[in-house]
Amino acid sequence: MASVFAVEMQDVLKQFITPEGGVLAAVNRVTMQIKDGEFFSLLGPSGCGKTTSLRMIAGFELPTDGKILIHGRDMSQVSAFQRPVNTVFQQYALFPHMTVEQNIAFGLEMKGVPRAERSRRVSEALEMVRLPGMEMRKPKQLSGGQQQRIALARALVNKPEVLLLDEPLGALDLKLRKEMQLELKTLQREVGITFIYVTHDQEEALTMSDRIAVMSKGLALQIGVPEEIYERPATKFVADFIGETNFLDGVVKGQNGSTVEIDLTGTGIIFVESSRKFTNGQQVSVAVRPEKLSLNSEIQGGNNLRGHIEEVIYIGTDTHYGVRFPGGQKARVREQNITLAQKSIAKTGDEVTMSFTRTSSRILTQ
Amino acid sequence: MLKFFRGKKNLQLFGLLSPGALWILIFFNLPLLIVLFISFVERGRAGGIKLPPVYTLDNYIQFFNACASPFAGEACNPFLYLGIFGNSVRIGLIVTLWCILLGYPLAYFISKQKPIWRDALMVLVIIPFWTNFLVRTYALKSVLATEGLLNNFLINLRFINQPLDLMFNEFAVVLGLIYGYLPFAVLPMYASIEKFDHTLMEAAADLGAPPSRAFWRIMLPMTLPGVVAALVLVFVPVVGAFITPDIMGGGKVEMIGTLINRQFGVARNWPFGSAISFVLMLLVLIGVIAYFRSGGEESRRAV
Repeated sequence: MASVFAVEMQDVLKQFITPEGGVLAAVNRVTMQIKDGEFFSLLGPSGCGKTTSLRMIAGFELPTDGKILIHGRDMSQVSAFQRPVNTVFQQYALFPHMTVEQNIAFGLEMKGVPRAERSRRVSEALEMVRLPGMEMRKPKQLSGGQQQRIALARALVNKPEVLLLDEPLGALDLKLRKEMQLELKTLQREVGITFIYVTHDQEEALTMSDRIAVMSKGLALQIGVPEEIYERPATKFVADFIGETNFLDGVVKGQNGSTVEIDLTGTGIIFVESSRKFTNGQQVSVAVRPEKLSLNSEIQGGNNLRGHIEEVIYIGTDTHYGVRFPGGQKARVREQNITLAQKSIAKTGDEVTMSFTRTSSRILTQ
Repeated sequence: MLKFFRGKKNLQLFGLLSPGALWILIFFNLPLLIVLFISFVERGRAGGIKLPPVYTLDNYIQFFNACASPFAGEACNPFLYLGIFGNSVRIGLIVTLWCILLGYPLAYFISKQKPIWRDALMVLVIIPFWTNFLVRTYALKSVLATEGLLNNFLINLRFINQPLDLMFNEFAVVLGLIYGYLPFAVLPMYASIEKFDHTLMEAAADLGAPPSRAFWRIMLPMTLPGVVAALVLVFVPVVGAFITPDIMGGGKVEMIGTLINRQFGVARNWPFGSAISFVLMLLVLIGVIAYFRSGGEESRRAV
């Protein structure tokens, strides 16, 4: 059955009663399909419903309405302990009174796997997370990164159909987190298990995922591969949340085929290529990434806007320029520092031209 | 010794400790030594002890062999006092078990409430402490008595024709003791359960453990220190209880506490009462130490 997904959320609604007595939809009619073997991320700020979605897939919460299917099987009548999924918890939730071996063997023991096979699979799992010989330690004796790996081993040793990860790297320091990101990705390819990964870190999601669902206020705003999410954000929220974006507000003046003419009130007129239809007088935002802008190098047939430099920030690899336009709007330009003796292109107060091509920005209406 | 007091910290420590230490020395250790002394001498004619003191081991021997008593009749039962002691331990175990069985779910339920409710419910658990123990026991008696609330209620509803015999038996004593000591079980278990991280139960479920197995494998072992504390806090005073068996048992249920009480009262046999007290203290002490030895580090920290 080619049409069967690893996990499918069908019109899932989860409502909570707030302490004030109101009703809050933590997850508001979300539909998504997660393919077999995919590294799928749920990305969004705290309170967007990503963790609630994960908890519903794990079976810790029941949807108010809608259905969750795992490999085509409806989960509404299946308790958490009977589901073919395992979770890596945010704070690891290792059993503190048990050794590493007992922790990892717990799932196998519940399944009734014989003792000999259990200990063989535990040492295999420890090899896999590169912590061999740690069997007799207690969780308290391990560092944060080690506990994280044990939590991963405890889940993977059961060979779940889907592995759920709830911000598993959140408690680690930056360097270790970067290492673990790569390691997790490699591990996922090796074991071939579907990973559903909850994170609020957009960079982490872009680095690791095959596909990303960007969530906000209980809604899945956009689901797609990282390039799509980054280059063609569906809404202002997505554009803003993933990476850095300049929003230039304006009004549609006209459309000639795929070329849309937009008046950035007081800043100038620009032309943007778009496959969508717009009506004259429509209020829009043009989203353009800082790295797609350039200073003082006019682009023939592109958009060239005059403004003055408000701030210059040197950050090593790049220099960031804040450009203010006559109409009051602002944009941030990122210039890479390519040569060693890089002189600033401009300094504070300079008049500059900011340029971008007609295809490097995106018109957003919501 | 003088060098010890030269340190300012040590002097301060000594100053802070000595009032309490002196109090315990004079009003606890000294009387205990007097009781120990009395347990090794012969009784006086009209109570008290024979003066000048005559040292003897008879009081202890008598406890282990009731027939050694000069007042023992022909059909004496050598295990009379050991039997009473065993009975006390048995009642102590029953009461402790019930207190834990009732207290654990209650503590769990309270810990799961919202913070405001949690505090309110804990106050409700503690409120009975604010009433005199004797008054509480008499109140319970008025509920269980032949003409009491419960019997009248059941008769008026025609559930029963004859009043039930609820008082002056072991059932009444056990009920009274559970009623009196339940808060001692709830408090330490609540402290343990409240600290318990419920994510661990989710983790257990996630790994395929049904709720009952998750409880036995994860939650109970992790809240065991509270259970052990409850066990000690209930068992030790219940074994030596005398007010409750006296009132609720009406003299029909003999426990070690009532026996000691009688030796110092009507029987006017202070030396024997003292000897029983010491045997009780020693056996309980041995029991508690043995328990902690087996329970390990964590249970010791809980008390």
